[in-house]
Amino acid sequence: MWDRNQMAARAALELEDGTYVNLGIGIPTLVSNYIPEGVEVTLQSENGMLGMGPFPIAGEEDADLINAGKQTITELPQTAYFDSAQSFGMIRGGKIAMAILGAMEVAENGDLANWMIPGKLVKGMGGAMDLVAGVGRVVVVMDHTSKHGDSKLLKACTLPLTGQAVVDRIITNLGVLDVVEGGLKIVECAEGVTEAELRVATEATIV
Amino acid sequence: MKKIYPNAAAALDGLLHDGMFIAAGGFGLCGIPELLLSAIKDAGTKNLTFASNNAGVDDFGIGILLQTRQVKKMISSYVGENAEFMRQYLSGELELEFNPQGTLAERMRAGGCGIPGFYTKTGVGTVIADGKEHKDFNGETYIMEEGIFADLAIVKAWKADETGNLIFRKTARNFNPPAAMCGKVCVVEVEEIVPTGSLDPDHIHLPGIYVHRIIQGDHEKRIEQRTVRTA
Repeated sequence: MWDRNQMAARAALELEDGTYVNLGIGIPTLVSNYIPEGVEVTLQSENGMLGMGPFPIAGEEDADLINAGKQTITELPQTAYFDSAQSFGMIRGGKIAMAILGAMEVAENGDLANWMIPGKLVKGMGGAMDLVAGVGRVVVVMDHTSKHGDSKLLKACTLPLTGQAVVDRIITNLGVLDVVEGGLKIVECAEGVTEAELRVATEATIV
Repeated sequence: MKKIYPNAAAALDGLLHDGMFIAAGGFGLCGIPELLLSAIKDAGTKNLTFASNNAGVDDFGIGILLQTRQVKKMISSYVGENAEFMRQYLSGELELEFNPQGTLAERMRAGGCGIPGFYTKTGVGTVIADGKEHKDFNGETYIMEEGIFADLAIVKAWKADETGNLIFRKTARNFNPPAAMCGKVCVVEVEEIVPTGSLDPDHIHLPGIYVHRIIQGDHEKRIEQRTVRTA
């Protein structure tokens, strides 16, 4: 079974050299720690920046320089800034090759739910709906099951959707699955996890 | 052509009325028009509708207008950092219209460009699409979203010249240009007003045609999530 960092490291293998990528909040943010040697990607922050650098060292924080999670960050030599309309223009326009996002539920047809739980506090979708509708490829990083052991990879989502049939690949603590015709296809199992265990933990149809 | 005003209250004089629709720039607490928001609080204008990506925090940004119950409705993509907002929303005192972030930005941009509606894939198949026109283009389904035409835009820039040409700084640009564009009147607060001619015309981010009134002032520029690495 993979921990958070191992999931992030596995997700980093999805990055293709020379592409522009958007990383979501949570485990996806950790992906930037594991970018493979020889792979250069430019990170987009949807509040208006390409070429997002690491967190600043103490004393060098700049109130005018934050990421989409409102954390202070730094710029790189190749950084470019732009406004929110242009930022989502490049997202909606398909210029961002991939987004790596968290999820609450994914369905076997690629439906994604990650923005609200009815009856609980709703904070908003932020840029998630735009990202999943616009980017070239959507990779989701999530726990395979809930705390109670229920599968989060479902035949159909129970929560309100963020996007319809938008997910391409799912990386969980148990393994990697692709959304294909007819359901999910196992790509690999995490260390110490058998295919049988992965199947038992998955409600979605595995083809 | 005199666009420079001595302070925020003077710059807003004659522009505010109860029930008005205001577009505000900023993302989180970054690049928000903090001086103008404070002046609106002091003016006591009520029943305001704000198009703004976020709602500030309890004691900064739009949050200060929530404390005084001056806001009737928010059009936002994310409102997670504001406890008073949540209290008013859950008790039914405050209306909330969630817009996907890119849809909100494009609604402002479109309104400012005289475009009353546009089609986007964002939100198709979600609650955002409920009740909206659907239309297929090249085999894909899109929904129609409407441009925003606000009574007033309040924005924050880094520098302005005396004619209102604006330069923003780093990610503090965010929603400020599209918000500025969609207001019938746009009031800008900057850290520095520089003499006309001292900005490189090739480096203007937003031309002064969108800017009607300018003030210069001191900004707190609060940081919401101070995050550092160990060197």
